[in-house]
Amino acid sequence: MSQKPAFKSSADAVTLLTRGASLSYLGVVLLLPLAALGFEALRPGPRVFFEALSDPLARYALGLSFTLALAMAVVNAVIGTATAWVLVHRDFPGKALMNSLIDLPFAVPTVVAGLMLVALYGPSSTMGLLLERNGVPLIYHRPGVAVALLFVTYPFVIRSVQPVWLELDPAEEEAAATLGANHWTTFFAVTLPALRPAVLSGAALAFSRALGEFGGISLVAGNRPLDTQTASLYVYGAIEGDRTQVAAAVSIVLLAASFAVLLILNSLQNNAVKLD
Amino acid sequence: MGISVRRLSKSFGAYHALDCVSFEVPEGQLVALLGPSGSGKSTILRIIAGLESADSGEVQLTGADAEAPTRNRGVGFVFQHYALFRHMTVRKNIAFGLEVRRPRPSRNELRRRVDELLNLVQLTGHADRYPSHLSGGQRQRVALARALAPRPKVLLLDEPFGALDARVREELRTWLRRLHDEAHVTSLFVTHDQQEAFEVADQIIVLNRGKIEQIGPPQELYERPASPFVTEFLGAVNLLRVETVLGMNVQYDEAPLPVEIPGPHGMAAIYVRPHDLDITRQADGRPAWRARIRRITPLGGLTRLDLTLHDGANLHVELTSDRVRALALNAGEDVFVAPRDLKVFHQPSPFVENYVI
Repeated sequence: MSQKPAFKSSADAVTLLTRGASLSYLGVVLLLPLAALGFEALRPGPRVFFEALSDPLARYALGLSFTLALAMAVVNAVIGTATAWVLVHRDFPGKALMNSLIDLPFAVPTVVAGLMLVALYGPSSTMGLLLERNGVPLIYHRPGVAVALLFVTYPFVIRSVQPVWLELDPAEEEAAATLGANHWTTFFAVTLPALRPAVLSGAALAFSRALGEFGGISLVAGNRPLDTQTASLYVYGAIEGDRTQVAAAVSIVLLAASFAVLLILNSLQNNAVKLD
Repeated sequence: MGISVRRLSKSFGAYHALDCVSFEVPEGQLVALLGPSGSGKSTILRIIAGLESADSGEVQLTGADAEAPTRNRGVGFVFQHYALFRHMTVRKNIAFGLEVRRPRPSRNELRRRVDELLNLVQLTGHADRYPSHLSGGQRQRVALARALAPRPKVLLLDEPFGALDARVREELRTWLRRLHDEAHVTSLFVTHDQQEAFEVADQIIVLNRGKIEQIGPPQELYERPASPFVTEFLGAVNLLRVETVLGMNVQYDEAPLPVEIPGPHGMAAIYVRPHDLDITRQADGRPAWRARIRRITPLGGLTRLDLTLHDGANLHVELTSDRVRALALNAGEDVFVAPRDLKVFHQPSPFVENYVI
């Protein structure tokens, strides 16, 4: 009898301790830096904040980043879903190798990815010369930035869709076939709705990644203002030029966008759970 | 002829799922494919629907060769786990097979047909719900309505009640039979539950290891099973293995079998259903075995008795509880047990020895 309360309170203590520890870890690692950034951005007052954002260079950089990120989300949603289909429904020699290669962009440091692209398409390479002669130079131009982002965002949709597709009961698709639906109707009316949360969450992750990407772009873009300078490059430049408040203001916009994506992801997942 | 299947064979690797299976389902009948798991019954259904291809053999639906892809075969298919479109409402689910039709039926037509089916499966109030908000029984009724909506030539049901609990299963069986009596669509349904097959089907096809054991109306199968397998599969049965020499039972010489066993030397299997055995306190002149009561289990109107014969074989007997009371039977007592009816098969190859299914 006397042992039970003692055990209980020690269990309580453990709960408190672990909860306290994980919360303070979250605070130190995530929330504190966030607060510091917000503080830095808003310290000089809202006027300076909005002034920093109304700078045409900053606006262009943000616009470019959002456009590219959106494009990455769309392209990856389509190609990623198609790739996932191949991986789930088709057997071919080398499939296992392909499956593991997909994660390469996760593993390769993004600067290295940039370097690879410069080596392949750079102005001094054969490919680069060929492209430039045909009027589509990649490196140090916007298409090059897009190619670098395609590289780093490649796995997201595939890796979020593939496991969901594997788990999907083929009976639903079979039912559609017995009811007279052809392959495309079945895909768009039956399969895709079931995959939609996975596609969207993969696309949202790709969007976030593209929006904030720095390493992969830094070598490829050439950092030309009003041309290839993305928001993350702009922030970097602002800090180098000792304009911390400007950097903080643009960062806040990026941060808010990423946060919004997170919230959307969360609500998507909740919706997906409800239908099951 | 509704469905005609000829010499269907199918292997998965070294495993023969189907071995030259032929049968016919007459127009308008409800026929059950009955067999244990792995007997190939679902494979047959999936081949008829075109969801699986046969290695050889052919399928005809209402007289025409079924070589078209699944979507053009005009079959309605009901899956064991419903396979409802989970992101569509009940109404949308039922309408699906009509909406993919070309030319697409008019909005009014569509609404009318879906309402008709909702009414048929008694789910009128649930049209706007999602499958996840329905019970298992309701889901399967939606699946049935969805399959029937495009007026299929044949209806195929793959263990349709297998995922439901016993009470709902029973309800749906009765309901399916009634539905079939009204709609008369040629139906083939797969089950491993003999009672289900008996309750619902006009004819039963018993399958075992990819081969047909017997085809016939339920009562005929029960009264005249063609093989030990069919006997064992169609309900609880006692199995006694005896050795015969010149047609005489040599094993139970102390209590000779109360029947003549025709046939050659060798092993024979004697099957007696638990309700085909009677118990008496005294030998009354009828040939009977002596046995000891091990256990008496009242099951409501019936009572089950576990007996041991003198050679140690176990016997299950089912008597009405009134009869047990009248005899004042108790565990541990010695009695006489006499079979009213039995089946004898020579050279038997039962799956499990000496057991009651």
